[in-house]
Amino acid sequence: MQKLLLLGDEAIAQGAIDAGLSGIYAYPGTPSTEIMEYVQASKEASSKGIRALWSANEKTAMESALGMSYAGKRAMVCMKHVGLNVAADAFVNSAITGANGGLIVVAADDPSMHSSQNEQDSRFYAKFSFIPVLEPANQQEAYDMVHYGFDLSERMKIPVMIRITTRLAHSRTGVKRQETKPQNELKLPENLRQYVLLPSIARKQYRELLDKQLPLEQEAAQSGFNRYHEGHDKSIGIIASGLAHNYLIENFATHTLPYPVLQVGQYPVPLDMLNRLYEETESLLVLEDGYPILEELMRGMLNKGKKIMGRLDGSLPRDGELNPNIVGKALGMHFDIKLQSPGIIRNRPPKLCDGCSHNDAFLALNEALLEYGRGRVFSDIGCYTLSALEPLESINSCVDMGASITMAIGAADAGLVPAVAAIGDSTFTHSGITGLLDAVNNNSPITVLILDNATTGMTGGQASSALGKVEDICRGVGVHEDHIKVLKPLHKFHEENVKVIKEELAYQGVSVIIPRRECIQTLNRKMRQKAKAKLMDV
Amino acid sequence: MTKDIILAGVGGQGILSIAACIGMAALAENLHLKQAEVHGMSQRGGAVQSHLRLSSDEIASDLIPEGKADIVISVEPMESLRYLNMLKPDGYIVTSINPFVNIPNYPDMEELLREIWKLPKYITLDADQIARECGSVKAANMVVLGAASPLLGLKEESFAKAITSIFGSKGSDVVELNNKALKAGRDYAVNHM
Ligand SMILES: Cc1ncc(C[n+]2csc(CCOP(=O)(O)OP(=O)(O)O)c2C)c(N)n1
Repeated sequence: MQKLLLLGDEAIAQGAIDAGLSGIYAYPGTPSTEIMEYVQASKEASSKGIRALWSANEKTAMESALGMSYAGKRAMVCMKHVGLNVAADAFVNSAITGANGGLIVVAADDPSMHSSQNEQDSRFYAKFSFIPVLEPANQQEAYDMVHYGFDLSERMKIPVMIRITTRLAHSRTGVKRQETKPQNELKLPENLRQYVLLPSIARKQYRELLDKQLPLEQEAAQSGFNRYHEGHDKSIGIIASGLAHNYLIENFATHTLPYPVLQVGQYPVPLDMLNRLYEETESLLVLEDGYPILEELMRGMLNKGKKIMGRLDGSLPRDGELNPNIVGKALGMHFDIKLQSPGIIRNRPPKLCDGCSHNDAFLALNEALLEYGRGRVFSDIGCYTLSALEPLESINSCVDMGASITMAIGAADAGLVPAVAAIGDSTFTHSGITGLLDAVNNNSPITVLILDNATTGMTGGQASSALGKVEDICRGVGVHEDHIKVLKPLHKFHEENVKVIKEELAYQGVSVIIPRRECIQTLNRKMRQKAKAKLMDV
Repeated sequence: MTKDIILAGVGGQGILSIAACIGMAALAENLHLKQAEVHGMSQRGGAVQSHLRLSSDEIASDLIPEGKADIVISVEPMESLRYLNMLKPDGYIVTSINPFVNIPNYPDMEELLREIWKLPKYITLDADQIARECGSVKAANMVVLGAASPLLGLKEESFAKAITSIFGSKGSDVVELNNKALKAGRDYAVNHM
């Protein structure tokens, strides 16, 4: 079969389509977004009737996927690493319910925080939940691991995590496909109480989950994704997981790697393999693209065994993603970099697009807030977060999705009145609604700006669950009709908009202001498509 | 055969199209290839780069090691210098000289060019002007690719095939424009190398 040129994300999507997927669930988040987008664009997927729609957030996505697995079909749920925080309750407990149809959770980590607020390592969640992990080193493995992962999930009746990082997600290479499989038939779990986590049932199933760990370790020894490579120089043994193994190999392109290496691609890592490496060598170097999880385990709290090198002893940087040079240096190699970029290079901080509606909304807010002074605008995650930077400098917080409204409540409780929340439409339906309900029940003196650009802008313009529903939701939650105001964020309405915002800032209860104008990027895209369609007509 | 290429530009300038063209052309010649792209946050008017690796052998790392790139291909002069630490001491810079100014402190153009011209091997070209002569300034990225194409060790017809498969859905005039731009870029490079 001809190879396809695929991103890591796309390889996972194609793997799922080929492995008998029935439904994919996700909320957008870099670097995971392209998995869902690929399935949505795939004619093959739509001809197979594969369900592929965005969910309101990662928790609803995780639970819907769990429901599909309950019904016996193969389901995949995808998210960025911080999305797993949102889905954590469902994720952790899904280990105890177990799976019926194959269930794969893709968590895309972002070491070096290319597009994220932290670089948490999803393998921790899997360990914490006793869920096995597959960590591909390349796009082909990513594809193959989806096939294997669904089989493993059904055989062991457990959800399986595929953990990737930005580099793999967004790197493209040739991928060979396997035979395609049909979708599963609808099939209820044999035990209709399997998913009822009453304490008496949960206790029993938790013990079963613990008992699965040894067989899972044996699986990981036999699957071929953990490999022991012999080496004659026993002064160092190397453990290299996922992409880190590629960086290691890169440094030995012209001469053979002398050290024994344990290449890790599946967890729990078999103890026998670790033990063999430990016994055979004088010291260990642990290479992981993410947190030093294996390193910490190998070292133990007291670190009294053999010398263990890695992120914790300074052999590798403590944070950030790895690369070939970092790995080479940890092995004592010296790189003489002759050229350096000259001092005249300037940074280009990301900024709001020309013509962006958020810009007009914040210009109006800035002016309306002049009389109260700065430091009272709680915001959220989206394109509008860029208003923290020059020239707008409008907002004072961005923590996690949904935190704007709830932080404003707390600050108002503390006496910071008026407190303002600024949240995007997609973020609002992701996890702002419950916060708004708190505000209404609390009668908090806060003004909430729901910046409605009719899309999920930051991640590239995916459909927003909020589309056409924002006012109804606010009314339904209990915001008074008189304090739900819609603005058109355009320069020509600036004075009017400032006036409305000022009025609502003065109101001693919950107000919602909805600056509404379509994202300039999605608007341009639509116009291009229209122009093209017209051309075709002629 | 191996070629390690850094592609540089500003979000929206079309470096991913350049990457896709080289990728397709390499695939047509049965080469191994890895291409690490930048998506997400940095696309908002920020600096973007892509690591593109071609080889007749298996490629290990998605990232090019520092100081090992054979060529930097850039659609913007300041961006051509941003990743200089990635370039081999005798590596090539191929860049357009058309600045994308979206920051208040953009450096002096003369000074930028002087920095580029200090390097042992470079091709600098007014890609916007050449693209305009071909029919549209939008094809400036293909002009730059054309100028770099003699250095890539890939056949001309492989590029033509790639352009057809990438731009085919946009109509035959778009394919023609891009082919023309590619050729104009190549002619410029051949005459100025
Ligand atoms: C829990 C979590 N999921 C996903 C993301 C990725 N993400 C960041 S901003 C954003 C979308 C924001 O859309 P919206 O609120 O409509 O604002 P816009 O970007 O359109 O202005 C997403 C999905 C994240 N940071 N955290």
